[in-house]
Amino acid sequence: MSTRSIVPFGPQHPVLPEPIHLDLVLEDEKVVEAIPSIGFVHRGLEKLVEKKDFNDYVYVAERICGICSFMHGMGYCEAVERIMEVEVPERAVWLRSIWCELSRIHSHLLWLGLLADALGFESLFMHTWRMREKILDMFEYSTGGRVIFSVNKIGGVRRDMDSAMLDDFLRILDGMSAELKELTDTFLGDKAVAGRLSGVGFLTKEQAHDLGAVGPFMRSSGILRDTRTTGYGAYRHIDFEPIVSTAGDSYARTDVRIREIFQSIGLIRQFAAKIPEGDINVTVKGFPQGEHFMRVEQPRGEAVYYVKANGTKFLDRVRVRTPTFANLPAMLETLKGCQLADVPVLILTIDPCISCTER
Amino acid sequence: MLKYMKFTGMALKNLFSKPATRNYPAVPREYPARTRGHVENDLALCILCGMCAKKCPADAIHVDRPGGNWTIERFGCIQCGSCIENCPRKCLSMLQSYPEPGAEKRTDTYHKDPPPKPAPLSPEKIAELKAAKAAREAAAKAAQEKGE
Repeated sequence: MSTRSIVPFGPQHPVLPEPIHLDLVLEDEKVVEAIPSIGFVHRGLEKLVEKKDFNDYVYVAERICGICSFMHGMGYCEAVERIMEVEVPERAVWLRSIWCELSRIHSHLLWLGLLADALGFESLFMHTWRMREKILDMFEYSTGGRVIFSVNKIGGVRRDMDSAMLDDFLRILDGMSAELKELTDTFLGDKAVAGRLSGVGFLTKEQAHDLGAVGPFMRSSGILRDTRTTGYGAYRHIDFEPIVSTAGDSYARTDVRIREIFQSIGLIRQFAAKIPEGDINVTVKGFPQGEHFMRVEQPRGEAVYYVKANGTKFLDRVRVRTPTFANLPAMLETLKGCQLADVPVLILTIDPCISCTER
Repeated sequence: MLKYMKFTGMALKNLFSKPATRNYPAVPREYPARTRGHVENDLALCILCGMCAKKCPADAIHVDRPGGNWTIERFGCIQCGSCIENCPRKCLSMLQSYPEPGAEKRTDTYHKDPPPKPAPLSPEKIAELKAAKAAREAAAKAAQEKGE
């Protein structure tokens, strides 16, 4: 047996956008074990619920994460709406679903850019983020914010998208598709990229299931499960089939996310064609009393919102189980047996969001 | 060979096309109509009721009614638009341009002389108002009886 050594990795690392620390136990260059520690960006956002009015907490919930900000706000709002048995107008539900899918495209493009950056493919990274900028512009046109939208409220949404705006967006998305295809073909077909991704970081179906992985990370190991099929939002009114791959390596994770980008464009097209007319919010009176578990499918996987209310304007407890937290054990499993040089890319393939995880 | 050339088309196009970025700040950005940049107060309409300060989730607005001051912490404001939604006089508005960056946290204070207190009523005026009220009530009663 060769000597073992421990290499500290993170929380500051050039290719890791977020702070997670790993103690990597190495045998020569091979990783034998990875011991994680988190807690570098804990902000106490869940505790704030005791001091903020439950209506104002939407703004805090949005700030849990900068990438899935829309879905954090929406997950919280939907949980409170279900406690208060608020009948949210249909149009608001559809608008939320459109913004959800736009968020998914923007998050996956961001991830692809980071992946290209981690591989050292700088021009691919910049082109990916150039595409993402168009999605951010759409957000600014429709909500007024590029990252934090403040468009959700308990009882509906604040802004409407008329048919002219939706048509504009569809036209931009159509224009993007061809360029996007060229870009994603580089990820899937380029030999230099494939060399870093294919056959690295295997996670079997059993491991993904037993370790509780979620989202595209789990679906690329062959488990067909997507929270969007549970019937929240407008997904039940349209054709939707989760995307899976059976390979279970880094390449499969890239492939699943790329196919999800194109699927999301298709979903937005379906939403825009069928969106019903009507109000976009209702006035909510009274205070919530009770508790609810709300599950939504974020770009990174399933997120769970637990809200407990006591009949006053302050809630008792809000708990968010974020997808990255669920993915960490499975990620540590994929690190075992890999080369030290592959660690940054492997951590990236779960699309980690440590700010979400620590809140 | 094609396996190595996936990106070549895009790279060549990139060589002969205009930059994707704007030459900021020489070419300023045009904001869409909904952009939430910063909050402005039209003091001519403002009644200093303090609803905006109460509804601000970031506690960035302070209203001093007796002093006639309306203050906003520019770096504390999160541009959510909650104050604008709840303003009874619709004197608050969201402008598209972002607040200027600064080395120190800045607060903007708007001053308006508070509305003068109404002068106390004279005893004759009070008697007159009371008589008018009694007459109104009597007329209403009469109308009701007539209706029955």
